[in-house]
Amino acid sequence: MGKITIDRNACKGCGLCAINCPEKLIIIDESMNVRGVHPAKFTETDPEKCKGCKMCAIMCPEVCIEVYK
Amino acid sequence: MKKVFERPASLRAVPTHYCSGCGHSIVHRLVCEVIDELGIREDVIAVCPVGCAVIAYEYWDFDCSEAPHGRTPCVATGIKRVHPDKVVFSYQGDGDLAAIGTAEIIHTANRGENITVFFINNGVYGMTNGQMAPTTLIGQKTSTSIHGRDITRDGYPMKMSELLSQLPGAKYIERVSVDNPANVLKTRAAIKKALKCQMEGKGFSLVEILSPCPTYWGLSPKDACRRIEDEMSKAFPLGVIKDA
Repeated sequence: MGKITIDRNACKGCGLCAINCPEKLIIIDESMNVRGVHPAKFTETDPEKCKGCKMCAIMCPEVCIEVYK
Repeated sequence: MKKVFERPASLRAVPTHYCSGCGHSIVHRLVCEVIDELGIREDVIAVCPVGCAVIAYEYWDFDCSEAPHGRTPCVATGIKRVHPDKVVFSYQGDGDLAAIGTAEIIHTANRGENITVFFINNGVYGMTNGQMAPTTLIGQKTSTSIHGRDITRDGYPMKMSELLSQLPGAKYIERVSVDNPANVLKTRAAIKKALKCQMEGKGFSLVEILSPCPTYWGLSPKDACRRIEDEMSKAFPLGVIKDA
């Protein structure tokens, strides 16, 4: 069981976290952040599927993901 | 719950100027992670290049210097000779290392200077709007090769790591990429090995990192990573090239 937090306003919306999440728990938000991009957002539907594998954080260029396990 | 991943202490908590999906910021983080892991933050001196990473010193919270275009190995040589106890590394892009700094990198490797070079290869000049670089792939369209790189006019992509591995002064050379989590972890291991090579006094070490440039490849970050896997790593094979 894991959990991630995403710094919404530091995110540049590249989506590398979303495509590398093995459980596809990260989506691209429809609303914009202060940068004017659509940031990554951790799922609200089934967050318990997160295993804390860190794949998202390893790929995040902006280091805006923190992983808890 | 315990925090298992966070920003490395030696990476400043400021937004970078890099484009969305750029590989530079991934490598910046990896360098900081390794420096923190080895506990050498007070002993490290970085030499920043001219190119996209020109203001890397704004992000790295350890000692940094700046060098003219292509001359980071020379400045790193000087620093290392004056401070042999410090860990000195040069961080360069492909325009910096393979074009304007070709002579400097070759002679630095040939002298076997005990420094480490991190060479970011994205196949274009990113800072100046994506012109063709020596490492641009055959057929790749850039702003100065609008019909694709033509070998009869522009020559072949330059394999700097293979070239430098011919020199006896070069001790450790590896090519890695940052296109997926597995390769990012391999890159981290290569950075660690290269810095250890220097700390053990073995001699010149270089890590070439194939890095995505979504903006000047005209691709999404996802497709840019796929291009590294499908095209770039075919032209520039990954792996240890020299480990003497």
